[in-house]
Amino acid sequence: MDEAVVWLTIFILSVFVGIEVISKVSSTLHTPLMSGANAIHGIILLGAVLVTGSTDNDVALVVGLVAIVLAAVNMVGGFVVTDRMLQMFVRKKPKPAPVPTEGGNA
Amino acid sequence: MPTWVQLVYLACAICFILALKGLSGPKTARAGNLIGAAAAVVAVIVPFIYLDLDHVVLILVAIAIGTAGGVVGAQRVQMTQMPQMVALFNGVGGGAAALVALVELQEMLPHVDSIDWFTLAATAFTIAVGSISFAGSIVTFAKLQELMTSRPVVFPGLPIIFGVAGLATITLGVLTVTSPAIWIGIVLALLGLAIGLLLVLPVGGADVPIVISLLNAFTGLTVAAGGYVLSNVVLLVAGTLVGASGTYLTMLMANAMGRSVSNILFGALKGGSTLGAGVASDRPVKSAGPEDIAILLGYADRVIIVPGYGLAVAQAQHTLRELVDVLIARGTKVDYAIHPVAGRMPGHMNVLLAEAQVPYEQLVEMDDINGEFKHTDVVLVVGANDVVNPAAKTTPGAPIYGMPILNADEAKQVVFMKRSMRPGFAGIENELLFEPTTTLLFGDAKDSLGKLLNAVKAL
Repeated sequence: MDEAVVWLTIFILSVFVGIEVISKVSSTLHTPLMSGANAIHGIILLGAVLVTGSTDNDVALVVGLVAIVLAAVNMVGGFVVTDRMLQMFVRKKPKPAPVPTEGGNA
Repeated sequence: MPTWVQLVYLACAICFILALKGLSGPKTARAGNLIGAAAAVVAVIVPFIYLDLDHVVLILVAIAIGTAGGVVGAQRVQMTQMPQMVALFNGVGGGAAALVALVELQEMLPHVDSIDWFTLAATAFTIAVGSISFAGSIVTFAKLQELMTSRPVVFPGLPIIFGVAGLATITLGVLTVTSPAIWIGIVLALLGLAIGLLLVLPVGGADVPIVISLLNAFTGLTVAAGGYVLSNVVLLVAGTLVGASGTYLTMLMANAMGRSVSNILFGALKGGSTLGAGVASDRPVKSAGPEDIAILLGYADRVIIVPGYGLAVAQAQHTLRELVDVLIARGTKVDYAIHPVAGRMPGHMNVLLAEAQVPYEQLVEMDDINGEFKHTDVVLVVGANDVVNPAAKTTPGAPIYGMPILNADEAKQVVFMKRSMRPGFAGIENELLFEPTTTLLFGDAKDSLGKLLNAVKAL
């Protein structure tokens, strides 16, 4: 049971870290943050690879492969879509953006 | 496990913490996301190096298929559909976790006597909650994609069925520990799917984003439990981080909407839906053509734009930006008032307007702009509804009661651009539409804004 206590320690510390690191997020970033966190739990792909790579049962192999496909969609898609969202936030910093120049000759 | 592998995993875990930290600040967000992605890729490559994995070719093919699907989906999705995309990605992640736990249960069975009870309990948890997350996310996807009604779906006996399914799940969870068998795992997965459906069906459309965030946290915890089962520290840390931050983020979002999480989830179960009737009214309203509105806008000193999801659906952000540019050139002071939950999720509207290259300084958050409506000549509401509905302040029974709103009702004139008299996403009527100071401009937002733009130019 000693080992379980070590895992419990890691778990509880991670809970506090998880809350602490995002506690100051502005509502502007809620959507990308949710999306990014979503991508991070796509790391279950690692778990899917581990179980699939060590099974010798045909049914389990198929189930494991399905899990790998789903997890890869979660992980890769999640990071790509988050990056797409965040690109738009980055672009605004330099501001050669079309400030009113055209039209409006009243 | 070799020491170097453990050290690499430790580094990955640290990178995930830095990724979340980065994602919560605007300047560091993109770097944070990339750090997370890099760590995830490294963590997945490691077992191919230090373990003698079987079925490597099949595994690589499966990864390639999933990667292709994820990239194509992520590239093709429109910014307006972002919330349902996140829901879908979250769902498949939860499903993957449940399947991993099922396979692992199968692997444990031959030597089950040497497995401690906590590992079996964690396996059962992963199967059940992963399935809940999968089914729940698919329903939220269907609601947001409007494949099904976005209104709450309730039927008599729902609380009873929900209760029975919950008890059965706990019973089977205990059975997994006492007398593990693969059929128990499979039934557990099916029950999880049913609970996921029952949990999300009664949630009304306006609350769906909060549910996505909550299910995201669920999947995180599922992955953490899976990490314990597989004795993998990266899964445990990454999953726990997402579970904890996701839960916290869910509460932040709920607060921004003036709701409590338990009310959102169980409001419908306790009788009374979370939403109103959602029927269009035939009460008289004042409407006008683009030329009249153009005069109103063109000679105003102070204009505030309230953009909503309807603007994005009509893909009218660019036309709106042009209109604002013209107004500013005429000497009008124009800002966009951004409600925290404008769009479909907190921060969604900022993404949509940034895409249309609206300068960041013109986007003003609710608390900073609410005092200014009193001194504003015209408020132009484009495709928004619930975020300016005074019922949130005045009608205690309304589903959005308590949600902070933009004080558009304090302005001298309010112009609503609407497609029809249909109520907003929350399904309740907006009294502001019937005020004498309110004028409606009916039509597709892009079309109307184009006409408005030409009319203002012609002034």
